[in-house]
Amino acid sequence: MSDLPAMLVAFPMLFSVVALLAGLVRQDTGWPVAVVATAVQVVAAAVLADRAFEETVTYVVGGFTAPYGIELVVDGLSATMALLVAVISLAVLAYSRVAGPRTNAFYAVYLLLVGGLTGMSITGDIFNMYVFLEITGLAAYALVASGEGGRSALAALKYLIVGTVGASLFLLGIGYAYIATGTLNMNDLSAQLAEVGHTDPLVQASFALLVVGLFVKVAVFPLHAWQPDAYAGAPDSVSAFISALVSTVAAYALIRIVYTVFTVEFLQANPAAQSLLAAGAVVSIVFGSVLAVAQTEIKRTLAYSSVSQFGLVVGAVAVANETAMIGATVQLVGHAVMKGGLFLTAGLIATATGARAVDDYEGLIQRLPLGAGVFGVLALAMVGVPPAVGFVGKWYIVLGAVEAEAWPLVVVILASTLLTLAYFARVLERIFFRDPDGSGVDESQRHSSANQNAERSGDVDVSALSTGMQMTIVVAALAAVGLGMLAFEYGQMLQPTVAELLA
Amino acid sequence: MIDMLASRSYFLVAFLLSGIGTYMLIGNANLIKKVIGMNVFQTGIFLFFIASAFVDGASPPLVSAPEPYVSPLPHVLILTAIVVGVSLTAVALGLIVRINDAYGTLREGEIREVVRDE
Repeated sequence: MSDLPAMLVAFPMLFSVVALLAGLVRQDTGWPVAVVATAVQVVAAAVLADRAFEETVTYVVGGFTAPYGIELVVDGLSATMALLVAVISLAVLAYSRVAGPRTNAFYAVYLLLVGGLTGMSITGDIFNMYVFLEITGLAAYALVASGEGGRSALAALKYLIVGTVGASLFLLGIGYAYIATGTLNMNDLSAQLAEVGHTDPLVQASFALLVVGLFVKVAVFPLHAWQPDAYAGAPDSVSAFISALVSTVAAYALIRIVYTVFTVEFLQANPAAQSLLAAGAVVSIVFGSVLAVAQTEIKRTLAYSSVSQFGLVVGAVAVANETAMIGATVQLVGHAVMKGGLFLTAGLIATATGARAVDDYEGLIQRLPLGAGVFGVLALAMVGVPPAVGFVGKWYIVLGAVEAEAWPLVVVILASTLLTLAYFARVLERIFFRDPDGSGVDESQRHSSANQNAERSGDVDVSALSTGMQMTIVVAALAAVGLGMLAFEYGQMLQPTVAELLA
Repeated sequence: MIDMLASRSYFLVAFLLSGIGTYMLIGNANLIKKVIGMNVFQTGIFLFFIASAFVDGASPPLVSAPEPYVSPLPHVLILTAIVVGVSLTAVALGLIVRINDAYGTLREGEIREVVRDE
């Protein structure tokens, strides 16, 4: 099938319409349609990835030859992202069958988001990337708003306004690049930009706008303001899906823009550009972690944790060598699995016990051993305890930073492990080392909150949990550890792709 | 300086519009006016693209018109971007309807108070 790359984008979008139409005939048909679509997507992405790791697959859309027409380019990195999107979306579906939302409209938007993310991963045209960025954004805003009440609508509107400003800056950056070169094809752009000169103000402005636009989408501090509200206001399955994929693919886009379009020579010619990336990384890592410690709501802690984890990826982009890039990719994949898993686990715990605040997690290990255990494994994986995948990603990034002799970054990245531990230790200590009735609290306080505690520890409702929900989080925990074992091998597979990317 | 700005008046207007839009987006307390600000901001960027396509003394990019043509590609790009902008506005207004149902107001500060009281 030579049309496979185009089908990979068109297929989920087509099924998104099918899900919507099926809803007119019968309610609750969205879930089966979505499962079929994402299952096919997983197979197609795997086949494509198999080919892409041997040789870069290119596809010209509609017979207009590149650089004039739109080109799809699938190398090892894009294939990884496309496969990641497909697998995570299938896994979240396993969770959402019982957990909801269940309307057909929800699954139609869900599949649209899968299509948009896949499109962003495999496109080789910069304006096409903007269009997919907006499709992804629109679908994500609608998904966040699928929660109940004003809170999710307010979070979605905030996300929409900030996200649109980010995407518009990205568009403006495309405009500058287009005026400088007269082309939109990424490969062609990189050659033409070099001809125009990497120190040309037009080229520099274009870089700044594109990168800042993507910073908004990745949620780099201080452009992260939309993200905690969006993650906390959305339904559990949506927070898991969005946290696992939307920022991840935006970070992938950042890698594409910086290396495929602007190349390493641009960074060498403009130390300020490299400083911009490094500063974003450092600030994100430190302040993301500090804000994560300060949160009382568990989903907000996890959201700020993402701000800090994506700081690591941006740091790897700033370092700009092969080792760091492999680390960035491993970190992207690992973060998607771990953070998606953590949000699902938090959702499962909330469904069974009603616990949504960090303080409600006291003695969780006795009340809900499965949820508590999985949360522990995923949190430690995120901190970077070997052999989990969180360790491998950080290892490569630190190694890359040492090779590049970027000492300030090395210090911050190493410190990030401690910072990550700081916010997860708060939660883990409550889960594993406190009694459900709050033994840390003194006598008078205990009396006043006795009723509340009895309620809290009393109503563990395991029957509300479906097998799918439990299986999904267990698989996520196993994957977080298992991928760590495979990550070094994967790093070697990725070597040629990364070498070409940085050439 | 004045000459330079006068010869680039289209770009100047485009960026002024973007600036005004951004100010409305940030400074206005009314949610609907924020969305209008967002639209103005985007319109500024659209006009920037269109202005960049202008060629002195050229005709519109139609086959029936005599050469030289203004560059048609930015027009096509902006057509797409306008469609995106319309969908964004539609989603934003839909959300605002829900927010109004939930909080009974569209002013940022009042919504914040309602949220705090909950």
